[in-house]
Parts: sequence; structure tokens; C-alpha cells
Amino acid sequence: MTVSGFISQILQLAIALLLAPLLLGWVNQCRAWLQNKSAPSLLLPYRTIRKLFNKDAVVAENASPVFRIMPYVVFSAMALAAAIVPSLATDLPFGRAADAIALVGLFALARVFIALAAMDLGTAFGSMGARREMFIGFLAEPALLMVLFTASLISGSTLLPTIVETINQRDLAIYPSLAFAGVAFTMVSLAENARIPIDNPATHLELTMIHEAMILEYSARHLALIEWASALKLFNYSCIGLALFMPFGIAQGSADASAILGATPVLIVKLAVGGLALALIETLSAKMRIFRAPEFLGTAFLLAVLGMLVNLLLGS
Amino acid sequence: MAGSHAASCWRPVISALGLVVVSIVAWLAIGALGLVRPRNLTYVGRVLFSAGALVGLLLAGVALSALGQGAQTAVLPLGLPDLPFHLRLDGLSAFFLFLLGATAAGISIFSAGYFRASDGAAPGLLCLQYHTFLAAMAFVLIADDAFVFMIAWETMALASFFLVTTDHRIPEIRRAGFLYLLIAHLGALSILLCFGVLQGGSGDYTFGAMRTVILQGAWPSTAFLLALAGFGAKAGLLPLHIWLPEAHPAAPSPVSALMSGVMLKTAIYGLLRVTFDLLSGQIWWWGVIALVVGLATALFGVLFATVQTDMKRLLAYSSIENIGIIVAAIGLAILFKTYGKTLLAAIALTAALYHCLNHAFFKSLLFLATGSVLHATKERSLGKLGGLIHRMPWVAWLALVGTLAIAGLPPLNGFVSEWLLLQAFLFTPSLPQSFINMLVPLAAAALVLAAALAAYVMVKFYGVVFLGRPREPNLAYAHDAGRLERAALVWFAAGCVLLGLFPVQVIANLDAVNAMLIGATLDRPGMSWWLLAPIDTHRASYSPLIVLVVTVAVFLLTVQVVHRFYHGRLRRGPAWDCGFPSQTPRMQDTAEGFGQPIRQIFEQFFRIERELPTPFDVAPRYFVRAEDPFWYWLYLPIARAADWAARRVGLIQQGRISIYLMYSFLTLLALLYFVR
Repeated sequence: MTVSGFISQILQLAIALLLAPLLLGWVNQCRAWLQNKSAPSLLLPYRTIRKLFNKDAVVAENASPVFRIMPYVVFSAMALAAAIVPSLATDLPFGRAADAIALVGLFALARVFIALAAMDLGTAFGSMGARREMFIGFLAEPALLMVLFTASLISGSTLLPTIVETINQRDLAIYPSLAFAGVAFTMVSLAENARIPIDNPATHLELTMIHEAMILEYSARHLALIEWASALKLFNYSCIGLALFMPFGIAQGSADASAILGATPVLIVKLAVGGLALALIETLSAKMRIFRAPEFLGTAFLLAVLGMLVNLLLGS
Repeated sequence: MAGSHAASCWRPVISALGLVVVSIVAWLAIGALGLVRPRNLTYVGRVLFSAGALVGLLLAGVALSALGQGAQTAVLPLGLPDLPFHLRLDGLSAFFLFLLGATAAGISIFSAGYFRASDGAAPGLLCLQYHTFLAAMAFVLIADDAFVFMIAWETMALASFFLVTTDHRIPEIRRAGFLYLLIAHLGALSILLCFGVLQGGSGDYTFGAMRTVILQGAWPSTAFLLALAGFGAKAGLLPLHIWLPEAHPAAPSPVSALMSGVMLKTAIYGLLRVTFDLLSGQIWWWGVIALVVGLATALFGVLFATVQTDMKRLLAYSSIENIGIIVAAIGLAILFKTYGKTLLAAIALTAALYHCLNHAFFKSLLFLATGSVLHATKERSLGKLGGLIHRMPWVAWLALVGTLAIAGLPPLNGFVSEWLLLQAFLFTPSLPQSFINMLVPLAAAALVLAAALAAYVMVKFYGVVFLGRPREPNLAYAHDAGRLERAALVWFAAGCVLLGLFPVQVIANLDAVNAMLIGATLDRPGMSWWLLAPIDTHRASYSPLIVLVVTVAVFLLTVQVVHRFYHGRLRRGPAWDCGFPSQTPRMQDTAEGFGQPIRQIFEQFFRIERELPTPFDVAPRYFVRAEDPFWYWLYLPIARAADWAARRVGLIQQGRISIYLMYSFLTLLALLYFVR
């Protein structure tokens, strides 16, 4: 752990924090284009966050401290994940503090906290949202693990930095198992990030909400942190996906500040493509009933298992 | 007489084993002292239970120091003339003795402040049963021959039976106690037969002799399966789990904690002792069986936990789940060991042992917290609780630690063992049998499903009990736990945090058991004191300390930055009512409601009774109950068959002396024919 390592680490974290709302804005803009609507500004998420920070917070009378610390806990967990995921460089001080499984655990921690805070006020929608969120969560986690399993079969490691390095060292080739795993990962990411077809981030109808139902009671700085954390979660999932399936252009070996900055444009390009794909998926599909989610995530699980079997049988 | 014998025997072994025996005797003495003034709460509670807690601490300390040392044995000239008591303290017993001591210390402190004068049975009697239970468990762990083991095992079962039936005036509790005793004895019978197989015809029932016997043919497998059934009955493995959700809620909360936290682990100890120590070798399919049974148990337990409406039953089903995970880990260890992958076997075994320790801590914490809630509210049903975080902040915040730990979230302890187990699963595809290579990743998925469902269950448990609005008006008068109860909860919560933050140090201590049972250790070169890397640092690593420190740092920084650059203004207002102003606390999600999605998608696993109102009902009533199908598939048919057989046998009982004389005559005739 050197000083320059720490600087790189903080730089990656800062870039992640800054880029995350932009990714969200970009997805919204692409979606608006694809749906033939006039697009909001690319910078709208930043303005929303700033606006929310300036407002006075309103907290329900019977809220416990769980309600008030939740946004900070979730934001911290997502920031930590952003520091660990090798989005820009592989050799960072915190890079080995959590492997892919521990990252999944970190996301689960955030999810449990959001669900608990949603139940704190005792409103009907809050607890409904909590129940649904945990429901989607337990369906998604086995599929996500199978994806990580497949990826770790290829590189013999569950550490994302090692996976990135291993795949980069090989010749450019299409691994059939990774193709299956990639589709499964995309499906799981849609569910985990409360996107269509599982959840609709733009909904205003409480009965169909999942993520939004849980945060109905939040306002001002608390809501700003939650929104930022959601953007970070999308960013983190995208970067995990990129690390597993498109690990090119990530700074390897000793990472100093210039290497980080050099890797940033590549990341932006990759995220722009990913965001466009996300907008396309969201445009082409409709939100499904909540009890169709087991089928959707079951399919993701089977695809991931298929990927793993392909790997075991063909060895690729 | 016996005392002087024992005294003369301790002198040569005033070693760790001697201290363990001293602790056992001390516990028995404390129990007996309870009878001196059985109704005096201050004496029994404050003095005797606190003394019991000190003995527990002593035992934990002794066991910890004995972990790294070699085995110590002793022979006590007690018991039958030719069958003295053989005792032995080795790494495996020391680990479980540590678990027992550390858990018992916390539970005893809690009990010191828990029992009230109005609780039916005299506190002194409870004190005797409780400490006999503790002493019997410790004795099980140091037994080195089958006789001592069975005596201690049965004492443990009986003492816990009396504790379960503390409130024996309630019929359901008597029924639960009977069921417990029945299954416990089925298990004991199986264990007895297992020892019978293990002695291999030599007639020597000491464990030392059993280790040297080499069984032939199908006998080793018979012994293993008998052990799995016998110890599985005590641990709550499918399908012998049926007593657990009945007996745990029936017992007073400290006893539930002790049974769930420690007693189930003595069964795990027995399974490990027979499988890895007494049997000279293992066969790969034992591992497959343990893995499958363990995972089935885990999934079954957690699915049923999601639909429970009684908080202690919910925790009991969660115990079934955790035992399933532990047994699955043991199965994996057997599998790896038989294929010579000792490092992976050591990881799997470490995960099993670690999870035993974790479960002892977080489950005791949660059971004790339910005890405090029960005291404060007189209510066990989740449908009548809620919002207790406002009235009972100590219990609520400490229970939150247990909740997050049992849900398997970093950086707490439940995550470490699950992480280790998943690592063991992940590196499976190096086994020679491709069928197992395919099976094991699917088993890992089942494990993750169970773990994720556990998070669902715990959100339900914590959210319904402590968060939300109080569902009943009298909850407004709930009081927080007393000082001793708080101290116990802090002890367990601190244990959850420390076991989570310092896995490398914990594993360094567990390595003695690994070395003894597997012959490999996890002492890897790449591991530093803060980074857990069981294989090597390039394959997998996890540092809970960094996770915690960075999270807390970002948390504090964010709070500072937000308040410095913006403002800390905050208004309190009513929660948004969605335009429907007459909302009541009854409109929150209930425990039934929270379990509904699970009930719907896993419907075929439950036996559901449902009563749905029609739109035209004058007094609409909704009723749903999800029951254990094993009752209907397995237990009720067996009970009916037993009843039927008993009636048939009962036909020969006529109640007339002439008939009985005829039986005697016929018996004599038959005997004469044989003796001839």
C-alpha cells in the first residue's frame, strides 16, 4: 500500500462518484430518443441531486434512527463497492478487500438496509416494497452466483482484478460459456437495478412499484443520497459486467494517477455503449407482473447454469 | 467415596482436562445449591446463575488454551467396576467446549436477570436442570468411551426435556416435550447401534479401541449412516427436524438459546467425531449424502421460516436452516477428503466449524432478544408486535446486529462462514468424477438460495417485531431489558462483530481441528492479519476490516460533507397517507403478508389450509396456515400404524387370570421345546 496507490484508489472512487449520475442521465436520454420523446438534459441527475440537497428534509414523526441512517449506509456501501470494482485499474489497495462474492454480500447489505428502513414507518406501501425487493433479491442472487461461478471457472479466481488480468492475457476469443453467462448477468442486473421489465424506475403508480415504494417517504438530502447510491449501483453493476465480459482498456500492473486518467475515456465509451443497450432493452420490453419475475430470473439462472456446463464440457 | 476417588485422580491431570472436569463439577454443584433456597430469586438468579456464567468463562478460556495442544486423556474410576470413565480432551472437543463455555457464559448472565417469581416452577429447580444440562453437554464433549458418551447424552436429553416442559401445565408444551423426548430417543438408539457397529466385535467400547478397528464391507457405511441419523435427529436434519419447531418455542428463551446455540452443536460434534475420528476412512458418497441432506434441510428450514407467525418458531426453523448449512459443509469436507483435496476439505470443514460458532452467537442473541420482547410485551405472535425500537432501543439495536449477522451480510460473522463455504464450492471442478463436478455447483446455487432467503426471513423478523408502528396499544408500555440482560446481549453482539472482523485469527485457532481431522491447515503464506485468503491471494480474498473501516469512513465523511456544505435542517411531519387519512397500524404488512410471495411460488412444498371470504360474506374472515407436510407424509401414518399395532397386541391382554396362566403355560411349553 503506497501513497500513489491510495491516490489512484481515491481517484477511481471520485471518478465513479462523478460518472454514476451521468450514466443514469445518458440511459434516460437514449431511452427518450428511442421512444421518440424529447430528451431531458444529460445533466439532469446532477441537478436533481443538487436540488434535493438544498431542500429541507421532512421525516415522519415515528421514524427511528434506522430510517435516518439508511441513506448514508447505502451510499457508503455503494461507494466502497465502487472503490473495489476494477473499473479503471486492477492493482488498487482495496481491490483485494472483497472478491465477487463479497461484493454480492455488500449489495445484499445495502438491500437489507433499504428494506428495513422501508418497514420502519409502518406504512402499507413501504412494507410492500420491502417485501418485493427482498423477493426479487433472493431470486436474483443464485443466478448471479452462477454467473460468477462461470467467470471464475475460466480464470480460476473470484477476484475481479485477477479475472480482468487473466482474460486480458489471453487471445481475443469468444468463450461460449461467457456468452451464456453474459446474457444471464444482464438479466440479473436489470432485476437488481430495478429496471424494466422487473421494475419501472419512472413509475408513479404505487401498486406497481418496488424500489420506489420503499423510498416513498424520503425527501431532500436523504433522497439525494439514495438516488446517488442507485446511480452508483447501476454504475457498479455495469463495471462488474465490463470486468467479467469486456475487460479491455483497464489499467493493469502498477496503477498511478495517469494510468487511471488514461483508462477513463475507454470506460466512458464502454459505458455509453452499455447504457445504449440498456435503453434499448427497456424500450423493447414491457414491465411484467411481479409473479412473472421468478420465470424471468429462473431463465437467467438456467442460462448461467448452461454456461457453466458448457464450460465444464468443452473446457472453454 | 466417589468424591475421594475423583480427587485422587485429578491430581496427576490438573491440566486443561482437569480444569474442564472442575468446571463440570462446579456446574453440578451450582445446580444442587439451587435447591437450598429454591424460591429466593436474588440468591438463585443473581448469585448462582452469575457463578455459572463465570464457570462458563473459565471453560471457554481453558478450551481456548487447549486448542493448540495435543490430546489429553484421563480415566476416572467412576461408573461400573470394570468400566471406568474414559475422558479425552483434543482439538475437536476443545473447540466445541469453547463454543459451549462462551455461549453458556452469555446465556447464564441473561438468565440471572431473566427468571421472574411468577414463572410457575421454582427458580431453584430450573437452576438445577439448567446447570445439569450444561454439565451434561460438557461431559458429552470430553467422553472417550461409548458408555460415558451415552450417559452424558441421555442426561443432556433428559435435562433439556425438563427445561422444555417448564410450563408443563399448558397441553401444547407437554406435547412438544413428548415429541422431543421421542425423537431424542430414536436418535439415541441409532447412536447406540452406531457404537455397536464401531466396536467391530472386539467388545471394547472405548473410543481409543474404536479408532484402531478397521471395519470391513458395508460396516463403515452402516456406522456412518447410523451416526447421521442419530446425530441428525438431535441436530434437526430432515426428516427428523419435526421436534425442533415445537420444542424451541415451548422452552423459556434462555433455554431455547442454549438448545439452539449449543445443544444442536453437540450433535454436529458427534457426527464429526464418528466420521472423521472414529471411522478410519471415509467414502465419497457419504459426502454426497450429507451434502444433499444438508442442503435439503437448509432450504426446507428457511422456506418454513418465511411463513411463520410466531417469532420463536421462526427462529427455530432458521436453526434448522443453519444446521443444514453446517451438515452440507461437512459433506463437502468428506467429499474433498476422499479425493485427496485436503486443502479444500480443510476450507469446507473450517466453514462448518466457523458456522457452528457463528450460529451459537447470533442465534443465542436473537433468542435472548425474543426473551426480552416476550417479557416486555407478553406476546410471541408477530401479528401483535411492532415498533419496539422506540420502546426497547437496547434490545432492538443489539438484535439488529444479530439480524444482519444471521442474514449473512458483510462485515459480520455469518458472512465469513458462508464465504468460506462458497469458496470451497467454487474450486470443486477439480474432482475426478464429472457427475460430482456438475452436482456441486448446483449445490452451491441451492446454498445461495438458502442464504438469500435467510436474508428475507430476517428482514421479516426484524421489520415486523422492531420496526413499523405498534400493532397493539399495550405495546406502548413495553420496557427495555434489564442491565444483566443487556450485558448478555452486548456479549453476543460483540461476538458477532469480532468473529466477523477477525476471521484470520479465528481460523488460526480452528486449524488445530483441521490438522486433527483432515491433516491440512489453512495457514497460507499470502494471508496477513487483515486479509483472509484461504487458497492464495490471487484466487480469492476478503478483508472484513477494510470493508468496515471504509464504509464507516465514507459514512462519517458523507454526514460531515452534507451537513457542512448544505444544511442539517429537518422537519418532522406525519407519514404520507396516500390520500387515505384513516390508516391504522393494522394496515402494515403482517407476518403472513410478508411470507405470501414465498408461499405462492413454493406452494407445493407447504401444506396450506386456506379460508378465503367471498365478496358477499357478512363477517368476512381470512385464514391461512402453512403446515409442515412431513407430519402428513411421514409422522401421522407412522403414528397411526403404531396405534393400530398396539391395538392388535392389546388383544392378548384380556384381564383374566386364567388367560394369563395359559400364556405362562404356553411359554413354558415353547421353552421346553427349545431347551430339550
